[in-house]
Amino acid sequence: LGATFLLFLLLLLLLLIQKHMIVQPLLSGFFQCGRHVERAHKLSHYRLFPKSLGQVISKFSVRELHISLTQGYWRTMQWGQPYQPSPPGAELWVWFQDSVTDVDGTWSELTNVLSGIFCASLNFDSINSIQPSASFKPLGIGNVTDHRFLRYATLPRETVCTENLTPWKKLLPCGSKAGLAVLLKSEKLFHSSFHSQAVHIRPVCQDAQCATTSWELRQTLNVVFDLYVSGQGKREWSLFKMFSRTLTEACPLASSSKIYVDVSDNSEVLTAQAVVLGDRRTFSVYDLTQKSTFGTTSSLNLLIRWKSSDAHMLRPLLHAERYVAGYRLQSGEIHTLMYNNHPYRSFPVLLLDLVPWYLRLYIHTLSVTSKGKTNRPSYIHYEPSKDRVKPHTLEMLVQLPPNSVTEVTVHFDRILLKWTEYPPDPNHGFYVGSSVVSSLVPSIVAMDTNATHECPLFNSFFPSKEETSYFVRLYTEPLLVNLPTPDFSMPYNVICLTCTVVAVGYGSLFNLLTRNFQIGEPRPGVAKRIANVIRKMRGVPPL
Amino acid sequence: MAAPLTLLLIVAVTIRAALFRSTFAYWIAERVEVVSPLTAWKRVVEGLALLDLGVSPYAGDVFHETPLIIYLFHFLVDYAEITFILADIIVAVAFYYVVKDYNKQVFRKQKFALEADRYPADCHELVRTPKEMYYIPLKAALFYLLNPFSVLSCVAKSTCCLNNAVVSLFILATVKGNMLLSAIFLALATYQSLYPLTLCVGALLYLMQRQFIPVNAYRLSFWWFVAQYAFMYLGSLLVMVALSFFLLGSWDFLPSVYGFILSVPDLTPNVGLFWYFFAEMFEHFRLFFLCVFQINVFVYTVPLAIKLKEHPVFLIFMQLAIISIFKSYPTVGDIALYMAFLPVWILRNVFLVSCVLLMCSALFPVLWHLWINAGSANANFYFAITLVFNIAQMLLVSDYFYAFLRREHHLVHGLYPKKKDGSEATLVLK
Repeated sequence: LGATFLLFLLLLLLLLIQKHMIVQPLLSGFFQCGRHVERAHKLSHYRLFPKSLGQVISKFSVRELHISLTQGYWRTMQWGQPYQPSPPGAELWVWFQDSVTDVDGTWSELTNVLSGIFCASLNFDSINSIQPSASFKPLGIGNVTDHRFLRYATLPRETVCTENLTPWKKLLPCGSKAGLAVLLKSEKLFHSSFHSQAVHIRPVCQDAQCATTSWELRQTLNVVFDLYVSGQGKREWSLFKMFSRTLTEACPLASSSKIYVDVSDNSEVLTAQAVVLGDRRTFSVYDLTQKSTFGTTSSLNLLIRWKSSDAHMLRPLLHAERYVAGYRLQSGEIHTLMYNNHPYRSFPVLLLDLVPWYLRLYIHTLSVTSKGKTNRPSYIHYEPSKDRVKPHTLEMLVQLPPNSVTEVTVHFDRILLKWTEYPPDPNHGFYVGSSVVSSLVPSIVAMDTNATHECPLFNSFFPSKEETSYFVRLYTEPLLVNLPTPDFSMPYNVICLTCTVVAVGYGSLFNLLTRNFQIGEPRPGVAKRIANVIRKMRGVPPL
Repeated sequence: MAAPLTLLLIVAVTIRAALFRSTFAYWIAERVEVVSPLTAWKRVVEGLALLDLGVSPYAGDVFHETPLIIYLFHFLVDYAEITFILADIIVAVAFYYVVKDYNKQVFRKQKFALEADRYPADCHELVRTPKEMYYIPLKAALFYLLNPFSVLSCVAKSTCCLNNAVVSLFILATVKGNMLLSAIFLALATYQSLYPLTLCVGALLYLMQRQFIPVNAYRLSFWWFVAQYAFMYLGSLLVMVALSFFLLGSWDFLPSVYGFILSVPDLTPNVGLFWYFFAEMFEHFRLFFLCVFQINVFVYTVPLAIKLKEHPVFLIFMQLAIISIFKSYPTVGDIALYMAFLPVWILRNVFLVSCVLLMCSALFPVLWHLWINAGSANANFYFAITLVFNIAQMLLVSDYFYAFLRREHHLVHGLYPKKKDGSEATLVLK
């Protein structure tokens, strides 16, 4: 029961700003709220583009930057495909300009600066960063594909909280003072099942001829509210209930500011149709730039109530999950399951695994099976790890047969680390970041060209060259892996004991090497010796 | 004499072949006592898989074998079991002939001494009879082939077996007096695992003794001989390293093999002393203790050579034992190698040492299970048993050394030492 809603907020600027927000009812008792801010500008001119990010881009010669901070795990099977996928924790991927010579050095400096800007501890360096060869292509213009200039890293354990949201809100041109951002109160946003905030920067064309390029900054926020719990089991929601706020005005700088409510299940209100992620949805649109939207009270609160309790959601065609098998602390297996739910089409997926060096993968144990048969990946990119230097990168292209489960298995050894390399609470285990599954999924619903005309937002978010398929990126669960631990309480004891044993060996050999056999006096017995001591005291000659 | 050896070989091969076919093989191949990061078969296969993927096997930190090994198994991977059984047979047969030759010499020396009446009157019971020496070569082969340690090592396909084969061929070439082969096999052994470098002193002493060249730094003939041997040794080592370079087209294998042996970055538990010590080491002192522990392996070479100038074969045994105790990634296969020499000389505390070694061998899997599988013990348990195991080995080696020295002393000074006044005296180390 209850309702899941998706609020999707968008600001688009090309010397004009657009803000869109989408509210979508989904199956279970959750709300999802998304917010997109999109602006483009020349970097010498900081009217709308935040200067802090602009300087970062020019100083570190960044071509594209994508950062997301996420709390919680997106449940694809219950909530459908996410509009903006992101793995739990922090994720950062950056394409540098090909003028950068020391990519690793620039990357490490850039992550430090971004840590400062977003109040996060993004300690990325070569130990946890990789260069995927195919999974992360540049989204903006320019066809650089040399993956030496790409860096990708995740921190699955990073917790996201208010201190990360505040700097994110400050990047908006109106801050949280006006427009849709008024709704973003952290005490409400973090009282949710899923929270993901992201910043995407990419170069785009300024006009149709693409004579000049400009920067596009897109800020997104996805929140899933559990309305079933907070709404006493009733399937209804309102803006006020979710955010404790209503809307009063659009951001004065915005050229467009809209709320899209997904009303596919009760389409009695005014609507616009669109095909999003291969599913035909119906939206009702509220334009905040028009006075009439706010009515006489000059405040906008949306309330939607469902008559029936059943809601329709297209089952995701592509779905992936992952787990660790093996109970011993010596070795284990990583199983990745990829589900193709399409009834008759098979399609290829790119699987990317970033495995830290302390799980030692054995690539010869890699097995890919679908429907009980070996499914040979047509492309494998594997970079083995170097201890304390770089992680494993495993990337492969697998063809998923229709209506099947494909299982990717690989063995690993758990390494005993130095005692100083364990985090506090070492028996909690080590997190391994999500696998990334990227694919062009064939669409079941044909694209409706009329609807897309009305929602330019969807074109820019879900670019699909072919209209019969759409791009999907999925993140699997992060893994929690236990490693064998030494006894942290006794380094002194171990050092002393081992040194003692070495000294025993050394001493006995030294003894035999430096001494010779000689005739010695047989030692008198104990009684005789005591007697002799007494006799000596008495002044009598010894026995 | 060939018949019992053949029988022994058949028995040994049968045991190994049966174990290869059994379900134990997989279990044994995972035992950390049997395979180390340097010698694990799993890692050889991984190296081959990486080579197939077009990635350098040394790009990662899984493969630490030498390039020649990977190219050997590039062709022999389907015949790996036969290769490993063959390696064990080579070791056994080589030891058989080594000990036979050595015994011949001992017997000859003894005969001369007896004829010259050099032995004191009361130590004729120490003189060895041909009858008791007859079975020693067979015993040496038996000690290697039927030693559970070498059987496990072979069944786990630990490349330690191959290193053992190379070392045993080196000893055979040395004892047979073939200088060139000795240098080549020593270079190969060094190339494979670095530590056998210290065996060159024993080989030099033996070869010089055989050619009646005095060990005297003031003689030109001494230096000429050393230079010849060093030239052959370094020359063949250079050829091997250069060959590896040309096979792979890079020098990556040098840090990945020798750097790995010397800097001990992999702390996977094993029967040695390094893993827990360096897992628990304060980062500040790491380099210092690393140097101390590595120097410790090499530091006994010169004093032992001085002490055992007259007994180069025993010197080689001592070096092998010290290497297998103090090396950075020891396995039970290394122990099996020096244990093959045990029937050649005499030992004092057989009962104590064998009991401790047996107990440790039984406790290794038990405590490993408690720590890794059951989670009811911790690393200290396993560490404790490695300490006991190493103390037992040290006890074994020092006892063996003591017994050898004492026998030599008795052969010169008589079995029953007397004081000046004719009363009975005891022998002490001073």
